[in-house]
Amino acid sequence: MIAPILSLTLLGLALGTLLGMAARFLKVEQNPLQDEIEGLLPGSQCGQCGYPGCTAAAAAVAAGEAAVTLCPPGGRALVEELAAKLGVSVDLAGIQDQGPRVAHIHERLCSGCTKCMKRCPTDAILGGPKMIHAVFADACTGCGKCHEVCPQECIDMRPPPVALPNWHWPKPLLAA
Amino acid sequence: MKLFKIRGGVHPEDRKALAGRQPIEAIPLPQLLHIPLQQHVGAAANPAVRRGQRVCKGDLIAERQGAVSAPVHASTSGRVVGIGRYPANHPSGLSVATITLQPDGEDRWSEALEGAADPFALAPEEIAARVAAAGVVGMGGATFPAAIKLNLRHKYRLHTLVINGSECEPYLTCDDRLMREQPVEVLDGVRIMAHALGIEHIIVAIEDNKPEAQAAMASAAAEFAAVRIARLPNRYPMGSEKHLVLALTGRETPARGLTADIGVVVHNPATAFAVHQALRLGRPLVERVVTVTGEAVARPGNLRVPLGTPVAHLLTHRGGLHEEPARLIAGGPMMGQPIPSRRVPIIKGTNGVLALTNQEIHRREPLPCIRCGSCVAACPCGLMPLEIAARTRSADLAGAVRLGLMDCIGCGSCAYVCPAHLPLTQYFNYAKGEMAARGRARHKQIETKRLAEQRSARLEAAKRAKREALARRKRETATAEVPE
Repeated sequence: MIAPILSLTLLGLALGTLLGMAARFLKVEQNPLQDEIEGLLPGSQCGQCGYPGCTAAAAAVAAGEAAVTLCPPGGRALVEELAAKLGVSVDLAGIQDQGPRVAHIHERLCSGCTKCMKRCPTDAILGGPKMIHAVFADACTGCGKCHEVCPQECIDMRPPPVALPNWHWPKPLLAA
Repeated sequence: MKLFKIRGGVHPEDRKALAGRQPIEAIPLPQLLHIPLQQHVGAAANPAVRRGQRVCKGDLIAERQGAVSAPVHASTSGRVVGIGRYPANHPSGLSVATITLQPDGEDRWSEALEGAADPFALAPEEIAARVAAAGVVGMGGATFPAAIKLNLRHKYRLHTLVINGSECEPYLTCDDRLMREQPVEVLDGVRIMAHALGIEHIIVAIEDNKPEAQAAMASAAAEFAAVRIARLPNRYPMGSEKHLVLALTGRETPARGLTADIGVVVHNPATAFAVHQALRLGRPLVERVVTVTGEAVARPGNLRVPLGTPVAHLLTHRGGLHEEPARLIAGGPMMGQPIPSRRVPIIKGTNGVLALTNQEIHRREPLPCIRCGSCVAACPCGLMPLEIAARTRSADLAGAVRLGLMDCIGCGSCAYVCPAHLPLTQYFNYAKGEMAARGRARHKQIETKRLAEQRSARLEAAKRAKREALARRKRETATAEVPE
């Protein structure tokens, strides 16, 4: 009578410990795909996609709830990368790539309240209390958070300025 | 000298007789010189003068900034009347930072300029430093700062300096005339460059359609055993540096590598001349030889032009235009770029101004590709232009890159032979530009991530510091209360 009870108890204890150890050492935090997708996203937590941040957006994409075209700052390049990663096909020609935008501060209206500076996720705004603020166009992701908070409404979202280094020939038009 | 075969290429009518017979001629100064601060590959120069300031010819007006950059000097003596933006000599027609100079008519050189008594006694670094300070860039059109190419000997094992006098572009004769009229000066510059590079062997390569230049350079080089003159067959694009090196040495430059990878450095004769001027006379690069030609030009010729002279001034000086040109091009007809307006200035890389008539440009409407393969036979890089263009057209840039888009040198041989008149080069230019734009976007994404991480780390640190300060204050008030 005692032998079966003892052996079953031991078996249970041993297997339980094994399972517990396995759960600890072979733990999968979350969908590994989510991490990879998060790595591709810009990580500026701008919220333009409608999710609270890049982590939540990555989770939604990994779960198939959101489209690969969700991230405006990532642009077409990101769509291509995400589509390749998830193995979905997207009709790139159909995507409206309105192009990147950057914030522009109208200096005559800026009161130097520092609100935009505090909100900027990439520290792309330079300024101080009661001083005119300015945007580093190279660091701006065009998330528009500053645009929302500006009490003076002196921030514009514009296409980035075209200069010689970022100009290139357009695609030739061909009737045939 | 034994030559090796290069693949593909075309034989366009060379049309060099139009301007080739005219000796290099000086040009009267224009009313205003518009000197752009970006005439080279790399970062734009930074203005070093104020408005209203008087400058002498050769004075520094903008300093280089960054590792890859070149300074800009005053092309004549006069007064700085403006520092602002002016349309660039660039197909986009965009404006760039430009210094506007009003000549005083004296054309007086700065007295501070002094050449080296014996450049061959100088250390290689010193030569490169002087070339950099003189603002010399590759004058074949690439405009890469020449001093950087003179400093390659630390990184690569170099054995040959090639002077690219092939001038394979039709119409252009500026290098031809320079080598014919000033072979001793050009050769002196070449030898100074070889000394700076620590190179023994020099090959001056000149195409067979320039027998006078070959003879002039050969007689100038007669007393130097290290210098050989290579007579190249006429073929476009013989002047592409990788193809030139292949033809001369039989060795192919690795894809997307430099000719320095196989121990060869290539320079243009006009660059050599500029190096001679910089070292012997201390004169910076403030003028260059420009071929003004094309059937629409009344009197084609070769002009020595101060940098910043408007294109319109050159055309007027050569008797104006017979007729309204169908195309106005900076550079050669194969790889040149359209000039957006006649107001734009001549810059360091402008080797020609072409005013071409309708008969010359031979424009036809594109027809469907019949996959005849003429472009494949003509491509000097061994690519399949028709396939790359088809992929570009259907927005499959990754496919275009897989087929070797990045190895295309943009020579235009494929478009030249295409019986369907497809804008092949235009497709490749677009695709390369788009790939570069994507590269920039990717770079920006990485930078954004870094900035966002730095910001959150900073906020976290500030929060922690606040918490600790609060805890400390609490402790202090607590200990202060205890003794009572």
